[in-house]
Amino acid sequence: MRILRFLIWKEFLQVFRDPATAVQIFLFPVFQLLILSNAATFDVPRAGLLVVDRDQSSVSARLIDRLDGSGQFSVVAVTPTEAGVEQAFLDREARAVLRIPQHFERDLVRTQQASVLLSLDAEDGAAAGILQTAAVRIISDASRDLARARGSAITVGAGPALDLSTSNWFNPSGNYKHFMVPGLLVSLTSIIGLLITAQNIVREKELGTIEQLNVSPITRTQFLLGKLVPFWMLAMVVFSLGMTVGVFVFGIPTRGSVPLVFLSAAVYLVVALGLGLLISTVARTQQQVMFIAFFLLLLFLLLSGIFTPLESAPRWAQWIAAANPVKYFVFIMRTVLVRGGGLAEVGPTLAGLAVAGVAVMTLAVRQYDKRSS
Amino acid sequence: MASSGAVAALRGIIVKEARHVLRDRQTLIILLLMPLVQVLLYGFAIRTDVRGIRTVIVDPTPDASTRALTASFSASVRHELLAVVPTTETLERAFAAGTYRQAIVLPTQVSRRLARREALPVHVITDGSDPNAGNAMKAYAEAIIRRWYAESGGSSARGAPGITVETRMRFNPTMASANLFVPGLIALVVTIVSAMMTAVAITREKEMGTMEMLLVSPLRPATIVLGKVVPYAVLGLVNIGIVLSAAIVVFHVPVRGNMALLLAMCLLYVITTLSIGIVISTAARTQRTAMLAALGGLLLPTIMLSGFIFPVDSLPAPLKAISSLVPARWFLVIVRGIMLKGSGISVLWQETLVLLALTVALLTVGIRRLSVRLD
Repeated sequence: MRILRFLIWKEFLQVFRDPATAVQIFLFPVFQLLILSNAATFDVPRAGLLVVDRDQSSVSARLIDRLDGSGQFSVVAVTPTEAGVEQAFLDREARAVLRIPQHFERDLVRTQQASVLLSLDAEDGAAAGILQTAAVRIISDASRDLARARGSAITVGAGPALDLSTSNWFNPSGNYKHFMVPGLLVSLTSIIGLLITAQNIVREKELGTIEQLNVSPITRTQFLLGKLVPFWMLAMVVFSLGMTVGVFVFGIPTRGSVPLVFLSAAVYLVVALGLGLLISTVARTQQQVMFIAFFLLLLFLLLSGIFTPLESAPRWAQWIAAANPVKYFVFIMRTVLVRGGGLAEVGPTLAGLAVAGVAVMTLAVRQYDKRSS
Repeated sequence: MASSGAVAALRGIIVKEARHVLRDRQTLIILLLMPLVQVLLYGFAIRTDVRGIRTVIVDPTPDASTRALTASFSASVRHELLAVVPTTETLERAFAAGTYRQAIVLPTQVSRRLARREALPVHVITDGSDPNAGNAMKAYAEAIIRRWYAESGGSSARGAPGITVETRMRFNPTMASANLFVPGLIALVVTIVSAMMTAVAITREKEMGTMEMLLVSPLRPATIVLGKVVPYAVLGLVNIGIVLSAAIVVFHVPVRGNMALLLAMCLLYVITTLSIGIVISTAARTQRTAMLAALGGLLLPTIMLSGFIFPVDSLPAPLKAISSLVPARWFLVIVRGIMLKGSGISVLWQETLVLLALTVALLTVGIRRLSVRLD
């Protein structure tokens, strides 16, 4: 125990001796969380809309006003011809073009049916999809109001319509931060935790100080625990700072048990840092560590469901994701904090993480050979 | 004479640095293969559209009409119908556990209501914890239910005057996700790899003490930096070449604009990212600091503030200002412009100027700070 305590103390001294590192470990994540949480949204307000109005009627004018007043679009120009449409797309001045055909109003009055053509700049697919949904909604609202205004004669004879109601559970206001902040916090803690542990042993290899430790009576397990515990403590502090920011600055809900979240974080971090140690025992130089860590981190983050829905990924990608600890921790965070789940919902996942933690640490101890480094 | 001496010195450093890179075969292979593997992996795996929606139908009294609805949901490519249950009892817990993400709650006696033209209240519950996916899931379910209602003799479709909206997706009509993400992936991977390589290569020299030797030599700081950076610029370009070829051959991402222009822009961007590496290395004393700065400081901002996943237009104003300092944001507009839209320099000159300005600023800061250390 005494040996372990000295080893832990040594790591703390080494981290805090270099103020740059201490600042990076604690301030980087909090700072990024504060800034990036605001970035995670798919709203596209006041997107440039160009209208080619061949009809020039009162109905088309009203439709254009409606779109402009919606807050979703900002009409950059209304032209009677196609001239300039292509250029507006290329210059990114217009993200959408609405074409209203000739005789639009006449058709609508005579046949009750008319159509418009909406072209979207799909260079940015996410934005295009959102604008499409918004435009269709605004136009069909306008269409319904139009029908009402004209005292549509067709209401007679149509039976009571489908009464379709919807509800959004867990996030009725659609606040994107409630969804992203837990995900970002997991990302940041993982990046910092994995990097500082992964770099650590290799540095001792490069500087040659590992030889001194190897000839000492310290056992392999003691050595690795001496590496794990201090960084685990630092990572828990980072996580707590992030949770504080999340709850008090961004007001993320805490519908489930907060101690359960911290317990899960404690278990998850053993897995994440254990992976860092494993990398560290395998790699020869800090440069190699960096690339392995980069590869793993990008894989973990992009296949975690933090940024994009994982269910949409192809089957094989989901198999890869099944081995992704970040995915499981994000699931626990979102389930407990946002959906109010308890041990019954996240228990199996948490147990899985615990098993993974033990496995990774065992592997790291096996892999670390005192002689051959 | 002095100038030829400087050229020789520069060549000397380039050769030294190139040997460093080439000597470590293992690292070199990682450097060349990793970006390719990543682009291939994520080019296929990342999709923002919503699929595989785990759905449950609550149907208290199953009959022919509700079976038709169940069949529509089973057939939907977006939905994965997991169960049909009689009551809403267990829904709350199943939603909390993430078992279901959507529930369609039907009333009793649907067939009879339809036959008698009675009101038909249908409720759609969606897991809104991911607001964007939630909205999409809601829209998909509504569309299926409306279609089913119209087909089962409901009264909607005909009747009220309607404006139909036909949609076209310009520049990417099939919304192929490779077209959307591969340009962004190129920017992401190249940024991190180049910035990391340079930052660590220079910091390593400082940590080992060999930088002192270079600095007390008659070489000018600019020469040292340039010499160290050139081999990595070449490596970065080779990387972009490999990744671009993969994009074109494997993912059939079009290059509608000028290929030469695209390559020139890639060269500019490689220099930009190397400059980031130089700046980091002048501030960092140890490889650990350099690594944390390059990976911990660049990874998430490049993913989130560049338009790679979240549209830049949707950023709040202060963040938009911050994002203009992220070179990847401008590079992304340029690459998408050239590849997908066929834009030329007449359209992209502003973005190019910004990228150029950022590069010059970074390089100036980097070289300045290095020379300050001489005193």
